Amino acid sequence: MSRFAIQRLGIGFLVLVTIAVIVPIVLVVGTIVVQGLAAINGEFLFSAPRNGMREGGIWPAIVGTFWLTIGTAIFSVPLGVAIAIYLSEYARDNRFTRMIRLAIINLAGVPSIVYGLFGLGLFVLALGFGSSILAGSLTLSIMTLPVIISTAEEALRSVPQSFRTVSISLGGTKWQTIRKVVLPNALPGIITGVILGLERAAGETAPILFTVAAFYLPTLPDSLLDKSMALPYHLFVISTQVPGMPLQLQFGTALVLMAFVLSMTLIATIIRSYYRRKRVW
Amino acid sequence: MERTPKIVIEHLNFTYDDGTESLLDVSSTIYANEITVIFGPAGGGKSTLLRVINRLNDLAAGKSMTGRVLLDGQDIYAKEVDVTALRRKVGIVFAQPQPLPLSLRANIEYGPRLAGVRDKQKLDQLVEQSLTQAALWDEVKDRLNDSGYALSGGQQQRLCLARVLALEPEVILMDEPMSGLDPLSTAKIEDSMQQLKQLYTIVIAPHNIQQAARVADNAAFFLQGRLIEEGTGKQLFTKPKDKRTEDYIMGRFG
Amino acid sequence: MNASITEHKRTSLAEFAAERLIRGSGIMAIVFVFLIFAFLLREGLPAFTEVPLDNLFSARWYPIEEYYGILPLIFGSLVVTIGAAIIAMPIGLLTAIFIAEIAPRWLREILKPLIEVVAGIPSVVLGFFGVVILSSLVRETLNLPTGLTAFTGSVILAYMALPTIVSVAEDALDAVPRSYRDAALALGATKWQTIWMVTVKAGKSGILTAMMLGIGRAIGETMAVLMVTGNAARVALEPGALFMPVRTMTATIAAEMGEVAQGSAHFHVLFAIGIVLFVITFLVNLVASFAIFRQSKRSARLLS
Repeated sequence: MSRFAIQRLGIGFLVLVTIAVIVPIVLVVGTIVVQGLAAINGEFLFSAPRNGMREGGIWPAIVGTFWLTIGTAIFSVPLGVAIAIYLSEYARDNRFTRMIRLAIINLAGVPSIVYGLFGLGLFVLALGFGSSILAGSLTLSIMTLPVIISTAEEALRSVPQSFRTVSISLGGTKWQTIRKVVLPNALPGIITGVILGLERAAGETAPILFTVAAFYLPTLPDSLLDKSMALPYHLFVISTQVPGMPLQLQFGTALVLMAFVLSMTLIATIIRSYYRRKRVW
Repeated sequence: MERTPKIVIEHLNFTYDDGTESLLDVSSTIYANEITVIFGPAGGGKSTLLRVINRLNDLAAGKSMTGRVLLDGQDIYAKEVDVTALRRKVGIVFAQPQPLPLSLRANIEYGPRLAGVRDKQKLDQLVEQSLTQAALWDEVKDRLNDSGYALSGGQQQRLCLARVLALEPEVILMDEPMSGLDPLSTAKIEDSMQQLKQLYTIVIAPHNIQQAARVADNAAFFLQGRLIEEGTGKQLFTKPKDKRTEDYIMGRFG
Repeated sequence: MNASITEHKRTSLAEFAAERLIRGSGIMAIVFVFLIFAFLLREGLPAFTEVPLDNLFSARWYPIEEYYGILPLIFGSLVVTIGAAIIAMPIGLLTAIFIAEIAPRWLREILKPLIEVVAGIPSVVLGFFGVVILSSLVRETLNLPTGLTAFTGSVILAYMALPTIVSVAEDALDAVPRSYRDAALALGATKWQTIWMVTVKAGKSGILTAMMLGIGRAIGETMAVLMVTGNAARVALEPGALFMPVRTMTATIAAEMGEVAQGSAHFHVLFAIGIVLFVITFLVNLVASFAIFRQSKRSARLLS
């Protein structure tokens, strides 16, 4: 067989493999959308579950996930952006900085269930927050940090060095320079990173299993120290723990969760490409 | 005319750890209300000297310095010096026009605002005054809210000059400010320099010898980090004493 | 503005506070890693005194009767992860090669975000899909008693690891200088030969990083695995093990932590499993990050 025949065969094989990767993705998303849409209506979205979750809707879980995401943002965004500013604007290339980077790489690699154990040990038990939105948000925040830090740092570093020099040369202090020049220009990138981080937090189940999640709680949370339902955990429960659960409601819940998360990706992508096109430098 | 020393440099040694440009035992005096030209081949230490005078070199990692730089008799590297106040007093214009991604007006107001100027009338007056001094006011007065990037390269560089002037500085450093500009813009900036020296002390590292000879009241020739020769512009460009200066001016190297 | 340059030397309080906070925040990343490890140790170490070691390292996990052998769980994690690696590594590499070297630009712009969509789908959604669709598919096509098997878990995990493997490997291939390929092509190699003998070889350390990160993601995955692997804790060193139900370390913690009494031996053993997981992923990430560091050093050398 000639070298070129081998090449044609090889490339043909690569095309097949790539199709084998893409087709299931389309099938999964497509199935959930098609099957799930049948369940979506006002009652499903805006009412509480009834009859051991086999009827009614998912409103408490939507509200719980919403508050968890907000809570995660409150803790992780200031800290994550501060660490990113530190790494991009202050840190010198020394052993301490390398340790911080290594720590971030490892935070990114810690399994989500281990975050769950950590949250249980520190926030729920040692600090006495109990199983609550507060404990869950804090746990999710730490899990989210690496994503926020690395994307925010990249955004800060992409601001041209000359802007900093100009600001300093005009009598700006380092902090003024960061606040007036670096941060505003890095903002679209930082927002993108924050959304991507929160998206991950919103979809995670393992970290909230023992730190917030209520199996079946048809009421809405009143305070940060309340337990709450959450979409990912609700989907887990109704698809594995509830016998006789109507399949349609399961698909509906999966669709709402997937739409919630993927729409965040979409927003992040739109923000990024809009500002890429708009920026002058 | 009585000459007032503005900047005095005493036995200045400066090196970067990575071995690029350095300065070796440089001593010189820069006089008020004159245009001092520092020139020489690339890598001779011109940019480094300018960045030492307003302490922009503080930002560079890995450097060492000995000697003193005095502004009006005050050691600018002394502990009690407020670096930001120094940089407002000693402004710098870079080789590449570098507007901040803000409107024209915000670019000019940037420095004064950082210095605490809040009064709207004062800011308006600074904008008009500095743009006029930089010979840009007539071209942009109707579009002060446009982005700084909407200007041509020459206009951008005049904007950068205006931005420095808005600080009401005493010394203006110019690091090859006309290197990328068209002849018309160059002429405009050179003209305004002649006006500006009534008010300010100007130190410029021009990008070619013709320009150096055109604008210089005083000139200093730098080669490989050493100050080879200094004197009035007339003397240095017509009757240089040092062979190396002459060779460079005649275009035998560089 | 004629004030002397020494007159106003002062640092504003806000500026001082902001800089302090930022410098202090840097260290928080390190603090969190230590905190995580410390709390795992605090709750997990008692297991080693409360449970005899021969029990702990036995092949029987049956907590109701106080059998805490973690070997079947480690075995379960291994089987599922290796299965996922066998599926995902070649597919991921080949897809990365297709995207980086062969696909035209427009196709690349479609394929890359499409694959990244998978990274965005929550694992519980993929687990759900595994339960309601994939498992019955596996059961019927392979004629098994149940579709909830290690293999089902491996397939789902493989797809979860794919976005990581494809995008990191694609970056690595993309970073191979154009001139390498041109040189090979100029010597008469076909595109196909160039890909394998030059591009893939030159991008090997980045590809290795991609594999490690993908595997790291697979070991730590919890929900999908919990939902589709059937959760039977056993060590089955037989050829068909891949097609039987298993129970992984992550799934065990997730399934049982909710029901144990706080402070009991069972509670502590679950934390001890957390320690094992933490250490494994720590090592995997360490190796992957060293591969990254080496690569960046090499490119820095090439540039200078």
